Amino acid sequence: MSEFLSNFQRLNPKNAFLRFKEMPKKEKIRSVREFLIDNLLYILLIAAIIGIQIYDPRFLSVSSIINIISLSAANLPIALGIAGCIILTGTDLSAGRIVGVTACVAASLLQASGYANKMFPSLPTLPIFAVFLIVIAIGALVGFINGFCTAKFKLHPFIVTLATQLITYGALLIYLMQGTNNGQSISGLDSKYTDFITGSLFKIGGTSVPNYVLYAIIITAVMYFIWNKTSFGKNMFAIGSNAEAANVSGVSVTKTIIGVFVLAGIMYGLTGFIEAARIGSNSASTGLNYELDAIAACVIGGVSFVGGIGKIRGVIMGVVLLRIIFVGLTFLGIDSNMQYVIKGIIILAACAIDMRKYLVKK
Amino acid sequence: MKEKYLLELNNISKSFPSVKALDGVTLKVRGGTVHALMGENGAGKSTLMKCLFGIYNADGGEFFLDGKQISFKSPKEALEGGVAMVHQELNQALKRSVNDNIWLGRYPTALGFITLEGKMKRETKKIFEKLRLDIDPSTIMSEMSVSARQMVEIAKAVSYDARVIVLDEPTSSLNDKEVERLFEIINQLKAEGRAIIYISHKMEEIMKISDDITVMRDGRLIATERAENMTLDGIIKLMVGRELKERFPQKTNKVGEVALKVEGLSGRHSLLSKVSFNLRKGEILGIAGLDGSGRTELLETIFGLRVRSEGRILLHGKELKIKSARDAKKNGFALLTEERRATGIFGILNITENTVISGLSRYRTAGIFLNDKKMKRDTDRYIKSLRIKTPSQKAKIRTLSGGNQQKVILGRWLLTEPEVLLLDEPTRGIDVGAKYEIYQLIISLAEQGKCVIMVSSEMPELLGVCDRIAVMSGGRLAGELEATDADQEKIMTLATKYV
Repeated sequence: MSEFLSNFQRLNPKNAFLRFKEMPKKEKIRSVREFLIDNLLYILLIAAIIGIQIYDPRFLSVSSIINIISLSAANLPIALGIAGCIILTGTDLSAGRIVGVTACVAASLLQASGYANKMFPSLPTLPIFAVFLIVIAIGALVGFINGFCTAKFKLHPFIVTLATQLITYGALLIYLMQGTNNGQSISGLDSKYTDFITGSLFKIGGTSVPNYVLYAIIITAVMYFIWNKTSFGKNMFAIGSNAEAANVSGVSVTKTIIGVFVLAGIMYGLTGFIEAARIGSNSASTGLNYELDAIAACVIGGVSFVGGIGKIRGVIMGVVLLRIIFVGLTFLGIDSNMQYVIKGIIILAACAIDMRKYLVKK
Repeated sequence: MKEKYLLELNNISKSFPSVKALDGVTLKVRGGTVHALMGENGAGKSTLMKCLFGIYNADGGEFFLDGKQISFKSPKEALEGGVAMVHQELNQALKRSVNDNIWLGRYPTALGFITLEGKMKRETKKIFEKLRLDIDPSTIMSEMSVSARQMVEIAKAVSYDARVIVLDEPTSSLNDKEVERLFEIINQLKAEGRAIIYISHKMEEIMKISDDITVMRDGRLIATERAENMTLDGIIKLMVGRELKERFPQKTNKVGEVALKVEGLSGRHSLLSKVSFNLRKGEILGIAGLDGSGRTELLETIFGLRVRSEGRILLHGKELKIKSARDAKKNGFALLTEERRATGIFGILNITENTVISGLSRYRTAGIFLNDKKMKRDTDRYIKSLRIKTPSQKAKIRTLSGGNQQKVILGRWLLTEPEVLLLDEPTRGIDVGAKYEIYQLIISLAEQGKCVIMVSSEMPELLGVCDRIAVMSGGRLAGELEATDADQEKIMTLATKYV
């Protein structure tokens, strides 16, 4: 949608229309076709929303819309983190597993004191903020390893994060065997913690908006600031656009790359912290494949693998669009196996349309 | 009396795994002067500058700036220490704005991390006003012409307020007016007591702007002289290391009857518009024109790399359907591309693989297997006949010099036994000595009855090698000249016809 809007802004409708009128007929047909293909995704989406709404009017009810917004909010931080890696022409496959680890750590340290299956029975009730910091630190640490190996050893982030994904998962499985847990999923969370995350912010028409929507908004605002208003953010875009240019201009490429991955790790930590309370029962499969949805959201939102291109509003739109699609498919009663197929097709189409913009026609 | 120098490089050495790139080079630059650094490609000019600028670490030697010893570990330190550089390859973040590029690496900030957009824009405007550049700072780099980008790069280097400014091929994409502007800027910088190190292949520029000239060859210092004591021929002699008696070989090709006809060729996505010409057997047709006049587009459209909207291509009276490079190859065309490194060589593959890649079908046995022995034999044949200097067939092509790489690619196409050779800047980035050999090869190919179309930005080369010169301007063919009565002035007049 962001692309759609910016296309319009760039064209300045009045001028564009005048120019369009002057075009020869062949050109007219061509420019209409180009416009349709460039915005195919959004056109299909609008058509789909209308279709689903006709099929099942509950789709656009208040509770359904709040559901879409909440689920989007929960997935936003991880997508914002990965977007930075993609802007550097990289990627991050370890994101989902970092979410898993941080979620399980947060859950294990914040179980209700009287809970029968407490993982660490002798553990006193920790302050939420302390656990928050621990979780952030874990995310940052894995992010640092990712960034360090990428920047110092000149490895492709695909390889680095493939490795750290395995390491993180292994560490998570080991962690789940600690205390009295023996690999079980972790539930029975302290109500102060769950209230902090999932408590009601306010209610619209009887449906409450959870607190974490507010947190996602704050996180997004901070990320917007970092991307657009700080030298770190500008360096990130410059490196993604041309790392050599950044280097000869005196930018510390190594530091910036590490910084981007650490920031991404922190975002995964935040996601984990929210996710643990949101799900309530956390196991080794928490966070599984989250990175794939996040990458898909980024790509749909116009964060390009070409590097150096991406906007916060694009990431938001990508996350929301993907969520609308998932919810829509469920409303249509399409079975979950088929949903994977459709998801895959959407990602392919989105990437192909995105690439069109960077191809030079010969 | 002992001369006072602003910048001194003493005895600098630098080795790379396979070559000694710099061997005890000394360079002394006076403040308030332009010091030209000359030498063939691979002489070590850029390497020397990269050592100064902290991109490479020198193995040995000392640097002094204003009498103080310096040793920059990174470009960041160099920029902070008073050395700025315009790099040969345009190193810019093309997806970002002019503003972001100018301030990259030194964004003005509040609290050390919040960038001050307003201040950046104002300062950029000031810089551009001072240099009299008419560029909007918020333009995205990729939307500007290459020459405008180059001017931005120069403005950026100037804005560092550096004592020493290195300009490595700053004018490669500039037109005469812009070069004039650059020289004004340089004179201004000189007057402020700064030192400019100027690297260029354009001899006329060097003679015009420089105060001192240093010539390098094979990683060694050959001579440093006052510019007024040097002549153009003298510099070339020092660069090449021997006397170049003639710049162009004897023309021995005989022109036959018309073989190739191009009629009304226009591009769908390029500016190419209704280009028609004939080419005779054994003829070398030069294509002249300014950058962006559609010369490369013409070759690529003939070769099927670009989509044509109209026009016909006839070889021996038969119309050809060329829709891809594969079609072109089948019909006896060969194309030597302009960007050798990007679209010519397969850098990490060896000489054999680079030679046979376009003619693999000749080595098939039993339909699927390739005959190694035959490939080696053919490669050997071309190494000998084209006099390619390489340690062995197994050498990776990127380890060869530009001239030898070009010969390998020429060999690759000769293997397909083409009738029409399309050569796009065949001597770009090739040493003076090796150029002569390429000219010889081109003429001998014509002598064997092949048709040659040769695009070049170097007019003397077109005048020296071609039989006829067609001049492109604004995507159209502005006119044709017989080489015997063409001169640079006539070509330039035609080249600016449709600009």
